[in-house]
This record gives sequence, C-alpha cells and structure tokens, in this order.
Amino acid sequence: MRARLRSISAVVVIPALSILLALVVASVLIIFSGLVGPGGELDLTLPFVAYASLLQGAFGSLRGISNTIVAATPLVLTGLSVGVGLKAGLFNIGATGQVLAGGFTAALVGVALADAPPLIAIGGAVLGGILAGALAGFIPGFLKAYTGAHEVVTTIMLNALIQLAISGLVNDVFKAQGPTFARTASVGNAVLAGLGNTTLHAGVLLAFACVPFTFWLLWRTTTGFEIRAVGANPTAARYAGMNPRRMIILTMSLCGAFAGLAGAIEILRLGYYPAVFGTSIGFDGITVALLGQAHPIGIAFSALLLGAMRAGAPLMQIQAHVPVEIIDVIQGVILIFLTAEIVVRRVFRLRAGPVETGGELQTITRSYGEKVAG
Amino acid sequence: MRGITKRYPGVVANDHIDLDVKAGEIHALLGENGAGKTTLMNVLYGLARPNEGEILLDGQPVDIADPADAISRGISMVHQHFMLVPVLTVAENILLGAETMANPIFLDRGEARRRILALGKRFGFEIDPDARVDTLPVGWQQRVEILKALYREARILVLDEPTAVLTPQETVEIFAVLRRLAAEDHSIIFISHKLYEVLEIADRITVINRGRVVGTRLPAETNEEDLAELMVGREVQLTVDRGQSHPAEPILRLEGLRVRSDRGQEVVRGVDLSVRGGEILGIAGVAGNGQDELVEALTGLRRSQSGSVHLGEKEITGLSVRGRREAGLGYVPGDRQKYGLVLGFTVADNLVLTQYYGRPFARGIQRNDAAIAEWARETIEQFDIRTPSEAVSAGTLSGGNQQKVIVAREFNRELKALVLDQPTRGLDVGSIEFIHKQAIRKRDSGTAILLVSAELDEILELSDRIAVMYRGEIVGLLDGRSANKEEIGLLMATGGKGRGGASSSASPGAAATGASP
Repeated sequence: MRARLRSISAVVVIPALSILLALVVASVLIIFSGLVGPGGELDLTLPFVAYASLLQGAFGSLRGISNTIVAATPLVLTGLSVGVGLKAGLFNIGATGQVLAGGFTAALVGVALADAPPLIAIGGAVLGGILAGALAGFIPGFLKAYTGAHEVVTTIMLNALIQLAISGLVNDVFKAQGPTFARTASVGNAVLAGLGNTTLHAGVLLAFACVPFTFWLLWRTTTGFEIRAVGANPTAARYAGMNPRRMIILTMSLCGAFAGLAGAIEILRLGYYPAVFGTSIGFDGITVALLGQAHPIGIAFSALLLGAMRAGAPLMQIQAHVPVEIIDVIQGVILIFLTAEIVVRRVFRLRAGPVETGGELQTITRSYGEKVAG
Repeated sequence: MRGITKRYPGVVANDHIDLDVKAGEIHALLGENGAGKTTLMNVLYGLARPNEGEILLDGQPVDIADPADAISRGISMVHQHFMLVPVLTVAENILLGAETMANPIFLDRGEARRRILALGKRFGFEIDPDARVDTLPVGWQQRVEILKALYREARILVLDEPTAVLTPQETVEIFAVLRRLAAEDHSIIFISHKLYEVLEIADRITVINRGRVVGTRLPAETNEEDLAELMVGREVQLTVDRGQSHPAEPILRLEGLRVRSDRGQEVVRGVDLSVRGGEILGIAGVAGNGQDELVEALTGLRRSQSGSVHLGEKEITGLSVRGRREAGLGYVPGDRQKYGLVLGFTVADNLVLTQYYGRPFARGIQRNDAAIAEWARETIEQFDIRTPSEAVSAGTLSGGNQQKVIVAREFNRELKALVLDQPTRGLDVGSIEFIHKQAIRKRDSGTAILLVSAELDEILELSDRIAVMYRGEIVGLLDGRSANKEEIGLLMATGGKGRGGASSSASPGAAATGASP
C-alpha cells in the first residue's frame, strides 16, 4: 500500500511542479500586462488578483462549476484520444481532424434525424460521430501498420485534409438556406440541451464514463495488455505472439472514436455545424494527456483543470483586466515544462525518475518509426 | 588503488578495495555481474567519486575528476559496447575528441593517418585509416577502440569484457595484441567473467565478490574451479553433468529452408536439419552466417522463401508465432531485453507474456489477475528467480534473473521442441549453471532442443550433435561428444573448404559478414 502511494506521488510530482512553474512564469506576464491595462502601471499583486478571480469564476458558483465541467467534457475525450495512443507507442496529433470528422458527421446525422424522438436523434448522431472519428483514426493506423508511414506526419496531413474538405462541403453542398452565414441546417431534436438552468448536458456523463471504461480496457483486459505491450516493446510483443499491426490499427481507431465523440458532443451542443468550426480541443488533448501522464484518472483531473481555466477566464478578464489569452500562455508553458521534464527536475533538485515513467514521453521524442513487421 | 569504498543508497558497491597494477602487466579483474568490477573501474576512470580511499599513479596520489582528466593522465577505457560512430572512418573516429590540428581551423588528416598507421604497425594490427567503421568486422572495431586509447597515449588500458562479442579466432588475435601492448610497458586491466580466458591471458588475477577483494592469484597456481569458487562464494559445477541422452524420433524437421535477410540477400541457403526428441542439437558458427534468420524463420518471426518446417507430424511453415507456440514450440530469444521481456512490465506480466490470453489467466477478454499472480509466485519459487515480489518491474532485476524469467516462462509448459538462442549470453557462472541444468532436464523429458550459441564451449558442453553453419549452409554435422574445438573452429572459419581463405581474421572490410569486396 505504501509502495503504491509512493508510486502515485512519483507520477504526480512532475505535472504538479510544471503547473506551479507555469503559474509563476505567467504571473510575470500578468504583471507586465498591467502596463497596457487601464491603470497603466506595474502592480505586483495583480497575479494574485487574477488567479483569485480565475478560481472564483471556475468554482465560485453553481454556474461556474457547471461551466468548468462542460468545458472539461471534450478535453477528457481528446485527452483519452491522445493518452491511449501514447500507451500503444503512438503519438496521435490527429485528434483535431478526428474531432472535426466526428462533429460534422454528427451534424449530418442530426439533421437527417431532426424530427425523430430525441433519444434516437441524439443516439444516432453520437454514434455517427464516433464511427467517423474512428475512421479518421483507422486511416493513419492502417498506413502505419502496413507501410510504416509515421502517424505524426499522416495525422497532421489528415487534419488539414479533413478541415478543408468539411469547410468546402458546409459552404456548398450542405449549406442551409436562411442563416446569414454558412452553416448546416439545425440538428433539431438531436441538440444536447442544458439541464435545468445549468449548461450541464447528457454528453458530460458519456464523456466521463469513458474514463473508467478506458481504465478497465487498458488494465483489466487482454486487449489492453496487448496495447500496452506493443507500446512498451513492439519486438517483444511480436515475439510473444501478439500482432502489433492489428494493435496499432485498433488503437488508432479507438483514439479516433474518442475524439469523434468529443466533436459530436460539441456540435450537438451548438445545434449545427458552422462553416468555420475553430476549436483547439484536439491539440489541447495533447496537453491534457501529458499532464495526466497518459493515465485515464490523471487525464480526467487535468481536463478538469484546463476546463476550469477556460471557464474562469472571462471573470478574470472582467475583474482583473487580464486578457483571457493568458490561459493559452499558461497551457503552453505547462506543456513546455512537461516535455522538458529535466528543467523541472533541475529547478526543484529532484533526482531522475524510475525507469517506468517517461515511457509515454519517449513516444513523442522518438522522431521516426520503423516499419512494423508482422 | 587503495581502500576504495563506494557506497550507493542501500548498497556498498566497493568495500575497501585494494588493487595494484604494475607497468607491463595484464591484470585480470574477475567477478560475477554486480560484484563491483564496473564501479571500481568507473572510479578509476573518473565516472564515479569514491567515498573513501585513494588512487596512486606512479606512487603519487591523484584525484581523477572526470574521464577527460583520466585520459590526460594516461588512463583509457574500452567499453563492452563500442563508442564508435559507425558512418565515420577509422581515422575520424580516432580523432574525435583528440583532434590533431594543422592550424586552429583544419584537421591535420595526413599527420593523423601517419600516426595511426605507425601505431598499428608497432602493435601488430595494421588497419586502413580510411575504412568506414561500419564496414569492419566486430573484432576490428574493437581494435579501433584500442587504437583510440593508444592515440591518446594511454599507459593504462581498461578493457571491459572485450571478448564477449568475439569469435574464438578473434579472441586469440586480440590476446596477441594485448600481449604486445604489455611487452611495451602498457598496463592492462582485463575485466571478464570467463575463467579460462583469464587464466590464459592474465599475469595476475584479482577476484571480487560482493564489493570486496576475495583473493589475488597467479594463473600458475590456480585453476578454473578455484576461481569459480572464489567468485561465487560456493562450490560451482562448471561443466554440467549432461548424462546420457536417449534420442527418440525426429520432432523438429527443417527441409530445404531458404530465408532472406532484411536486405533481401539469401542468408539461409537450403538448410536441412532434424532434431530428435530427447537430444540437444547445437548450431555453431561465426555470428552473421544466417543463424539469426534461421531462428526467426523457425519461430515464425520471419517468412521463409522456400522449404518447410515440421513439428512432430504437423507442418508449421505457414503458421504465425502464436500458432507455432500453441503447436508446442518454445523459444528463448537471443536478446532478452529486446525480444524476451517488456522491462517496464511486472515480473508476473512477463511470466504470462505468451499465455496471457488463455485460461486460467483470462476469462473471456478480462484478465484474471489473481490467477496470474498465483502462477507467477509458483514459477518464481520453482525457478529460483531472485525478486522482491512478482509485482516489481522486470527491468529492476539483474541480467541473470531476467533470463530466468524468460527461461521459466518457456520451460514451464508442455513442449515438443525448444529453440535456445544464446541462452547464457552475458550471464555469470551461477546463472549459466542453472540454465544449463534446466536445459538438460528439459532434454531428458523428451523435448527436442535446438541450441544456437556464439559460445563454442557452451555448444560443446551441451550438444549431442553439432551442426556448423557457414554462409547460410550447414557445412558439417558432428558428434557432440567426440568433436573438438579446433575441428569446429576451422569449419566455422572456412566452411571446410581448406585453410586460409576468407576467415574473419584475414583482413578488415572483407570476411565475417561474407560481403564481397
């Protein structure tokens, strides 16, 4: 039990210190942001004011808490999308494209089922989103398994392809009559409405249910054992009689399915697919997955943290006059410290970690993959 | 070195070690893995600071801060894993870090070449300074490492298990080089755990066990049994009692097997072999003569071009790795960390790495952790794997115990045939003894065993029959009990087509890989 606690604290320490360092770095920027603010002077207490109102905005009211959870919902899914990939030794940069594919397909199914009973309309649209995302993940998975094409390259290219293709379709084939800007028709009964006077919706449950599901899949099933074995040592996995090609394709499809679900939830909340669906949730998934150390429970917590920053930022801007963009800065700096773990260790004089951790980061620093034998 | 003590958290790696090395002496440092040899040499080479003790050089106490400092004092190290840049030439590798400059900007390549050639000539191994290192056989790469040390005017050379990667012939050659160096007043510290080698080459032998010096011997007044006992701390059986074998029907049959390498060359060229139940068939050969590809084709990791593999009555040529395992084929791979284990996984997970999907370890798609843990605990007990528990990661175990995990996994089930690829590479005497005994036991239970090893002694010790592989073909099949080392060595080097020829020792660049000029 004590050993278990110690291993948990060993995993948590680097993410926690990365967040702390990022907040310190951001506070310097916040102090200087005072120069361009209404006061026009350097105020050393400004970071505390800003962070306090950030907290208040995120957790200070029922509405704030519900906004935090709703903002965290797609991040949990894209975090899992990247995190599960890392467990299999795959770096899925394609969550963005998979989100778009899932969202667009959910919109199309939603429009078609706009008059069906809500349960069927939502169910059909969500399923369509999951399948479209899975397909968007399957393609780079297949290419990796059979041609050795690196998933980082193919998913990035696929991101652009999917985005432009959908944008073309929304502006042309699926453009709705009526609205002043290009968008699809409304999804009608498939819309994910807020419960009561909060922003909470049914998709929240679905997204957070994926956390225990992923935990169960990775650590309690034979398939998860194969995924982790292929990720940790593909040659040993093949020697042991596993099929790395199948695992790569399966895992990438699963990654895509999570991201596709995230896209479906976001679009069904909106009610239609806009011509420009600008969203950073795909790339935010990378930060979430790394901050959560690619563990489902860690991913849930880091999604909530990032969600809280998103939800609390408007109040911070109103009360402290600190621009919301500072959140992007904090997030970016967290990512830098996480990937440059050695800097964090140096600052806090920590000894190098045990061999087991860092396996996920290796996936990222390994710049190019070999052809998968099988 | 006097009273060297180095403590790491929880362990004393060196406990008041005294070691004196004379000029012109080859001093062997003998000990099991983890005995403290490497730590001691790291202290000497400036990679680790001792907690106590001092190093005296020519009678003067010195403080060695880092490897650069060590090199400037004439201490050089040849690591077991070579520190060479494969795509650079011999001269470029030697110059790295010790650049001979014509002026502040440009290297003086001409002068460097002259010096390298002169050094080679002086010590009896002339080497082309312009040859690319990756075209050289392993034995010559090692000479590049030695040249690197000599170029830096080393007086004390530390060689960390230099023969681990060499063939018997290459070993003989490197010994000649070392003697020549000693004759010119260089001091050599030779780290090894191969007893017969140490007896052959060393002027004096210091044995270390658990961080302490347990004895210093002269080769003339000791023998392998004495050294092994010192090293392990108990009496050791050096050659297993292999007993009488009772070969039955052929179980593993290879017919006309042809296999291509990754580069598309045919490296297994029509191999016919048949291994009978209850016998060990050893495959001897210089590394790179198709053994790896043969084993991979046999176990399903590589597709064969033509030919067939039978296991008992069943043809397994087209089966997957898993299909072959399920048909009763076991396989201990040559590279335990790359193929055999997932180091980040627990010992228990590694023990079920090949059988995790079947009963009782899985129910449907769910793992049965309780059954896995229970089986792991039994297996750990039965195969004497030294681990705090089944739940620690395999990467924390010693090399010998890692290999025991693999051996336990492969041996602890019903097998028709078993492929052992370098089963004891890099292991200490105690672990080798254990694994050899297990192999004999498996043989006696009627399993057909195919043993591939670069250690000729291992082949000779265990095999009932010995097949020699040369350039993808079996060039000789000998009786394991009457064959001698010279006969096999000659077949390994020339394929039995006369003396001389393209042995691995003839010239750098050619040979060993069988590449044409």
